[in-house]
Amino acid sequence: MTDTTYTPELSAPVNRRSAWSRGFAHFRYVMTSNPVTFLAFVLLAGMIVVALFGPSLVPYDPLATLSDKALKPPSREHWFGTDQLGRDVFSRVVVATRLDLLISVSAVALSFVCGAAMGACAGYWGGWFDKLSGRFLDTIMAFPLFVLAMGIVAAAGNTIQNIVIATAIINLPFYARVARAEVSIRRNAGYVQAARLSGNSEFRILLLKILPNTLPPMMVQLSLNMGWAILNAAGLSFIGLGVRAPTAEWGIMVAEGANFIISGEWWMALFPGAALMLAVFTFNLLGDGLRDLVDPQRRT
Amino acid sequence: MAQLTVIFARVLQAIPTVFGIVVVTFLLTRALPGDPAAYFAGASATPESIAEIRAKLGLDQSLPVQFAGYIKDLATGNLGESISTGQPVATELLKRLPASLELTLFALLLSVAVSIPLGVLAAVHQDSWIDQVCRFIVTAGVSLPTFFTGLLLVYVFYFLLGVAPAPLGRLDLLNIPPPHVTGFFVIDGLLAREWGTAWAAFKQLLLPGITLALFTLAPLARMTRAAMLQALSSEYLRTARAAGLSSARVLMVYAFRNAMLPIITTLGMVFSFTLGANVLVEKVFAWPGIGSYAIEALVVSDYAAVQGFVLSMAVLFVVLNLAVDTLYTLIDPRVRIEG
Repeated sequence: MTDTTYTPELSAPVNRRSAWSRGFAHFRYVMTSNPVTFLAFVLLAGMIVVALFGPSLVPYDPLATLSDKALKPPSREHWFGTDQLGRDVFSRVVVATRLDLLISVSAVALSFVCGAAMGACAGYWGGWFDKLSGRFLDTIMAFPLFVLAMGIVAAAGNTIQNIVIATAIINLPFYARVARAEVSIRRNAGYVQAARLSGNSEFRILLLKILPNTLPPMMVQLSLNMGWAILNAAGLSFIGLGVRAPTAEWGIMVAEGANFIISGEWWMALFPGAALMLAVFTFNLLGDGLRDLVDPQRRT
Repeated sequence: MAQLTVIFARVLQAIPTVFGIVVVTFLLTRALPGDPAAYFAGASATPESIAEIRAKLGLDQSLPVQFAGYIKDLATGNLGESISTGQPVATELLKRLPASLELTLFALLLSVAVSIPLGVLAAVHQDSWIDQVCRFIVTAGVSLPTFFTGLLLVYVFYFLLGVAPAPLGRLDLLNIPPPHVTGFFVIDGLLAREWGTAWAAFKQLLLPGITLALFTLAPLARMTRAAMLQALSSEYLRTARAAGLSSARVLMVYAFRNAMLPIITTLGMVFSFTLGANVLVEKVFAWPGIGSYAIEALVVSDYAAVQGFVLSMAVLFVVLNLAVDTLYTLIDPRVRIEG
């Protein structure tokens, strides 16, 4: 490529790169202007690393029982102490990260996709589908949501898969409502009419022109919802649904530790509970930060 | 009179909601994968005994016929029988309902009593230390799992400090329950003039109540602060100040009364959280309410009991929301029924 010629094809990647670098600059601006958001991103990165590599990082096998070392308080050997079967609490808390994140991420993703599709169709075409889906969402919201999740898991069977489905169903109304509102205000926007006039099919307009524009508010909803999804999933396993006993999972570990708290063995419940709290806290902070990133007007 | 019409119309609006709830609970029992008859028959069932149970439960009929039967059962207050205890589910739920209601209402009262003054103060003294405290509580409150806060409180106040009673139900073994009037031990104890019993019941109620209240504090305080800030920056408030009204009157009558409306709307969402969190708190404190009944039923896969629980919680939620809307019409005479 000679430096004298100036081809129009070149300009596109150059522009894209500048858009990328502009996006990065904005990202860096948000990160540096709000240290709390930066902290949340660091925590999230740490959590993802622990979820990916946790099982190979921990000092002990999370399921190995050592009966002579049962119920030992935190020490240099066992940072978070040991439980009633002599299992290392630190290893179990670290290993559980993957399962807890997996349950809540897949539940929220499922909810996001179904809710976006349902809300987008309702908002774009209106009519009977809008009425029907609205009635359906109202019915879900008429239940105390955690109680509905308990009922779904009880009826569909006590498995991790059903915990994911139940958590997804109780979160569905939040996404569907945001998607419906965002799509219906753009249904007849100028660029949509232009796309319609130039012969795009209705489905193509919805999928390629309107939906991408509704993503920012949907993403904010997603990260604000994530912490709540983790709390719900952990609550379900705390009352004995979904995850079975020897598996390392924060909710069930707190439940096991609960039996020992009145005799003073605090470490069994405290550390998994603190891990849970940290995860929820991270996502809540991230939600606020992400809102600043995509929607500066709603900054508080 | 006009307000009565509005309230009546609002009650009518709840009917489709209740119908929707009944349809969902019916579908949860009947239309999901798995054979309920085989479920009820147990592990050692023969094909004949399964068929017998299926006929007895009416599961061999079509879904609409089954639904009609379900409605008929509900109309007579029949929620089926628990397979683990053999008792009618409705009786057991009714027996345990006062315990749950006492806990829930106490927690809501506590939460409202703390969060609304806190939110108002945070809005009036914006960016002061009390605003920071409010912000901290709001952020921590939404991140803390209820069951975890409950356990922390038990550890600190029972094990370390020894000021709270053991987290084992509504009353310790030294006291006998007061004569049944409302089913709320504290109130019944006071009515029967058994001061010791009432005090003991109150002490048992305190920790689970605080746990539940901490959880609901956050959304209420946040909404109070936001609504008050909005009201404080409004033009009618500037006019009221300019007209020389006392600052207390401006604050309490003009600002607070207008800020009440979004707060009351938030209460509806808070009920949903409270009724769900109630289950977790009851497990932590061995509280003999309908939440722990549902957990016991879940452990042994007791179908009818769980569905009865879900149904009654949903109906309770609808009733609480109705009460809130009634309150709303009383506070704001502008409210009219739409549609």
